[in-house]
Amino acid sequence: MFKRFMQLRLRDLVILAVILFSLPAFLDNPFHYELATQMAIIAATVVGLNLLVGYAGQVSLGHAGFFGLGAYFSAIMTGSYGWSALPALLVGAILVGVIAWIVGRPILRLKGHYLSMATLAVGFIIAIIINNETGLTGGPDGIPVAPFDLFGWELSPFGSYSLLGVELSGSQAWYLFSALVLLLAVWLAQNLIDSQIGRALRSVHGSEVAARVVGVNTAKYKSLVFVISAIYASVMGSLYAHFQGFITPAVAGFDFSIVLITMVVLGGMGSTMGVILGAVVLKLLPQLLADFQELEAVMFGLILMLTMIFMPKGLLPTLQRSIGRRLKKKAEGQA
Amino acid sequence: MTALIEVRGLDKAFGGVHAVEGVSFSVQAGQVYSVIGPNGAGKTTLFNLISGIYTPTRGEIRLNGENTARLAPNQLAERGMCRTFQQMQICMNMSAIENVMLGRHLKLRSNLFATLFRLPSQLRDEAFCRERAAELMTFVGCGDYLEHEASAMSYGALKRLEIARALAAEPKVILLDEPAAGLNATETAQLEALIRKIADQGTTVLLVEHDMKLVMGISDRLLVLNYGRVLAEGTPAEIRENPDVIAAYLGG
Repeated sequence: MFKRFMQLRLRDLVILAVILFSLPAFLDNPFHYELATQMAIIAATVVGLNLLVGYAGQVSLGHAGFFGLGAYFSAIMTGSYGWSALPALLVGAILVGVIAWIVGRPILRLKGHYLSMATLAVGFIIAIIINNETGLTGGPDGIPVAPFDLFGWELSPFGSYSLLGVELSGSQAWYLFSALVLLLAVWLAQNLIDSQIGRALRSVHGSEVAARVVGVNTAKYKSLVFVISAIYASVMGSLYAHFQGFITPAVAGFDFSIVLITMVVLGGMGSTMGVILGAVVLKLLPQLLADFQELEAVMFGLILMLTMIFMPKGLLPTLQRSIGRRLKKKAEGQA
Repeated sequence: MTALIEVRGLDKAFGGVHAVEGVSFSVQAGQVYSVIGPNGAGKTTLFNLISGIYTPTRGEIRLNGENTARLAPNQLAERGMCRTFQQMQICMNMSAIENVMLGRHLKLRSNLFATLFRLPSQLRDEAFCRERAAELMTFVGCGDYLEHEASAMSYGALKRLEIARALAAEPKVILLDEPAAGLNATETAQLEALIRKIADQGTTVLLVEHDMKLVMGISDRLLVLNYGRVLAEGTPAEIRENPDVIAAYLGG
């Protein structure tokens, strides 16, 4: 039973790795790689957000704020203060973690819509600060970001690299890097979920009163998961900033927060693989709908509405169940 | 000998309504102690007070001599108290065995780092916890559901699963709020056997129950509530003879 569970976790991770590393066979220009890299970074952000929303059941409508904080911290520290990318990313992540903890303590006492409103406000405040601190952040015009560097080794989408004798363009190298980051993000999230801490988090969602009578300090665990998901967002924000090379306050904006939460809900709350699919679908839809340019927003909304009505549990859980049911029927038919 | 649970002059008012008024009683360690009374008598309120879900308006509750009236449920769990609910509280977003493993929360001391990187120490703890949880599920009679999701279990099985979760915390005292509600005669008989087994292991059992046959059969002592007040207290034989109880129950 324990082994079976281990296998399930590994199965997901292996499937994801196979998809990520075979994907380059279908990508044939830098734009495809750019899109795939953005997808991987945002998917990793959403995996973190899912810990909070899908597993612990606490909605955050301001998560882009933490993403933006990480992005801007990296941009400013590497740009204006000459830090290298990795320390900027790590210090940024710790700072965002501290901010999330300070903010989270009081607002996580709220439930349901009230919590949503409070996180919405947190996101707005961060976006407003980034917009108005023109001297530091460049304001609404945005700010250029130095390429990512690791121990003196610079990773730029415009460079060219050779890895184990294989020639890689900068965008290919970035894609591989982001794929590895996504795998790491998923592995850490799975480890967290399948543990004492993970059960405590899920029990907050499943039945808070049950959690408390078996000794779970629910306030502590809500803060913990809020901090962890904020750190996920901050790290991915930093990477996103380095990858894009230029960021505007939109990375911390309300619209992006909504996109992130929609990815979680669409893909399947509480399903790590599901939310990655959600991120991929929501990132692809605008590309696929490019032919209906003037109707794009309408189509987008319509697809979301239909998914929510017919697949309220999200894309992947619904698909998995219907496939599982069909296989079962087939097996019974043969028996 | 001091009592394991000592309740003195307990009062709980919701606005002007006194759900529990001036209730005093004590439970010795190892007893099966039942609280009975008509609907709305304040039994569940009393349980919620003892288990820290509500804070009393007045009065004190002592667990092992310590006044616990203002402690939160998770602090009471640390002191060896665990409970089940009349409205079952099962985490439907987890598998059956994970619900029981959740019960061992306080027995596990894994840190965040070991968890994130799946260090061997953490894996060992997890494996042991899973083993214990599986044993408990067999003990309460949910052995068939080891690999099921909680949402796929029957009502009767979920009731037993909730007891397994409470037992997983290895409590000194377990509070069972109407464990037989909604069960058929066979299931009730199984439940009675289970409560006996729990008591035989030395765990004190506090029981709220409607099923008179069950209560009279397994209780060492009974507390009868009516309109939030104590109507009678004593052994099952004493309670059966008590004219006030007969009047309240039979409307005579």
